[in-house]
Amino acid sequence: MKEKLATPNYNVNIRGRNRSGSIWRLVFQASTILGIIALAALLLNVMNSAFGYVALEARVHPDTLAVDGIALEDQNKEQLITVLQAKISSGAYNKLEKDQPFAKRSTANIRQVILERVLKYDVKQSWSLWESITRAAEIKREAAEKYPGAILKFNSWLSSDFVARPQSSVALSTGVRTAILGSLWTILFTLLLAFPLGVGAAIYLEEYAADNRLNRMIQTNINNLAGVPSIVYGILGLAIFVRALEPLTSGSVFGVVDPTTANGRTVLAAGLTLGLLVLPIIIINAQEAIRAVPQSLRQASYGIGATKWQTVWSHVLPNALPGILTGTILAISRAIGETAPLVVVGASTAISFDPSSPFSKFTTLPIQIYQWTSRPQDEFRSLAAAAILVLLIILLSLNASAVLLRNRFSRRY
Amino acid sequence: MAIISRSDRRERQSPASHVFGPAQETKGDLVVAQSLSNHENAKHVLEAKGLGIYYGDFRAVADVNIPIKRHKITAIIGPSGCGKSTLLRAFNRMNELVPGTNIEGEVLFDGENLYDSVVDPVEVRYRIGMVFQKPNPFPKSIYENIAWGARIHGFKGKMDDLVESCLRQAALWDEVKDKLNQSGLALSGGQQQRLCIARTLAVQPEVILMDEPASALDPIATLKIEELMQELKKNYTIVIVTHNMQQAARVSDYTAMMMLTDREAHSGTVIEFDETTRIFTNPKDKRTEDYVTGRFG
Repeated sequence: MKEKLATPNYNVNIRGRNRSGSIWRLVFQASTILGIIALAALLLNVMNSAFGYVALEARVHPDTLAVDGIALEDQNKEQLITVLQAKISSGAYNKLEKDQPFAKRSTANIRQVILERVLKYDVKQSWSLWESITRAAEIKREAAEKYPGAILKFNSWLSSDFVARPQSSVALSTGVRTAILGSLWTILFTLLLAFPLGVGAAIYLEEYAADNRLNRMIQTNINNLAGVPSIVYGILGLAIFVRALEPLTSGSVFGVVDPTTANGRTVLAAGLTLGLLVLPIIIINAQEAIRAVPQSLRQASYGIGATKWQTVWSHVLPNALPGILTGTILAISRAIGETAPLVVVGASTAISFDPSSPFSKFTTLPIQIYQWTSRPQDEFRSLAAAAILVLLIILLSLNASAVLLRNRFSRRY
Repeated sequence: MAIISRSDRRERQSPASHVFGPAQETKGDLVVAQSLSNHENAKHVLEAKGLGIYYGDFRAVADVNIPIKRHKITAIIGPSGCGKSTLLRAFNRMNELVPGTNIEGEVLFDGENLYDSVVDPVEVRYRIGMVFQKPNPFPKSIYENIAWGARIHGFKGKMDDLVESCLRQAALWDEVKDKLNQSGLALSGGQQQRLCIARTLAVQPEVILMDEPASALDPIATLKIEELMQELKKNYTIVIVTHNMQQAARVSDYTAMMMLTDREAHSGTVIEFDETTRIFTNPKDKRTEDYVTGRFG
């Protein structure tokens, strides 16, 4: 293009403007990339601990359990029972028989019992995934040297068994089923409390409340509540749900007496505490969503003689629902990852039975992870990593289903 | 009792029910209604008396005294910011949706004050419908856009017939009859505006307020809306706010000329109200003359 004649008092400098634009673009790109790198590092770090070689040493060498030259893996049920009987005390055997008659147990179950009671594998050392890949030969030599009687195998701490097994104090046979169920129960009550209350409050504040000093104060306080540290909610939950409302949260009001329940420290109390925690988040997001519904839509509705409630129910809410659900997704993510308030409310750390009602004792995945990471042994850190992966998977699938739900609702005409 | 119970309404025979005439039963009622309606024809449907409208402390509109005549189109014209829309919205209490709005004076609807404490604004808006500047169909199907209003008012008849009838009155039926289940938002701007008019007709108001209904439309769509208004005025009373003086001259029977009177307070008022032909050919007020001849504003 032919250059335009210089205009006095104007420094047009298009090239300079474009240059500063591209610099900013680079800055934004870099921050995005940094974020992705951080996330990838997090995930890799977790994976690094969750898989890798372990050196396992059995109390009794498996070869000595062979019957008539048949190795343990190939023995049938009767042979396994014989082995078990020979190796543990009759008292222990009778107790197992009482828990569940051997005749009714599966072969796999008996093999598992032998694994836990007789072989008693012990993790002598575990290696990270990175080490296992890069130094496999060295690790094999090292393990053979240091633990001559041990078996070296590549272990995935995250496995279907890990997800399906209840908690146990033995690293190799523990699982997160109890914690997963605890988390899901807790989230259920969190949502049951926070979703209707939060959306209701948002509707009131946006559509009904007058713009006066009291309501502005309420609004400010809700915004502040969203920033209150979660441990504070834990203390609140302890005071209200665990202590003051103990008859309710322990179920004695309903005549439910759960012998395992310890003084209101139940799934219900935890769920309600987390519900209070995420309530401000849900309110604020729902308010935003309701505010985003165009005023013209409300006017259209009022203009044909609709009442306020008809307007809210038929036009405002359906159009705000996607936004409300987005807020709810955020709230679920926050609640499912909370640890501190649950520690205060009284989540159990060692619990081997699944929560079966709102009035059960419970543990949740974050609590379980927290507990495992504080153990000195390496293998528990690997377990924690595996549990983190489980938590992430649950979180992502819950969010995915909420997103699907949202997309369904936001299918507009 | 101020305005209406439903049975009152039947006897008074709203102008809209003429269209739905066959659906209304008893002949006796119709006769009564006819005579009543003749009687009322002499009167004004709506009348602003000493009407002033405040946003908080700010008086946007001051001292308006105009009648709205039955089955006529009344246009409100004037320069931007003189309170035309505010005045229009005072006729069905839409202003109340903005917090801090107040009025002084009164708006009489068949002789009763709309702002009387016993009057329910929902009832007011039910009987005095509104079409807005920007087409704002509900994000629902075309069918549902019309059916919803009737349904919330307890319509018991055949919905399909009502939808068809409203769309026909709004001159939209032929264009949308094959896609009633499609979104109202998928229509063109002009079609959307006619859908909004049809939606208003579905609740059978007595008066339709139109706030610059064609300002967002092209000339062809505008023409359609104007033709539609001529059709509708047989059964309804229409008040229209417009920026477009040609439009006011073309469509309206009466014209109210608004202007900011008080430069200090920025209050608008009606400076002249008369038959449209007279406003445009022989205005009494110099300012009106300047405005309609394009020398001002």
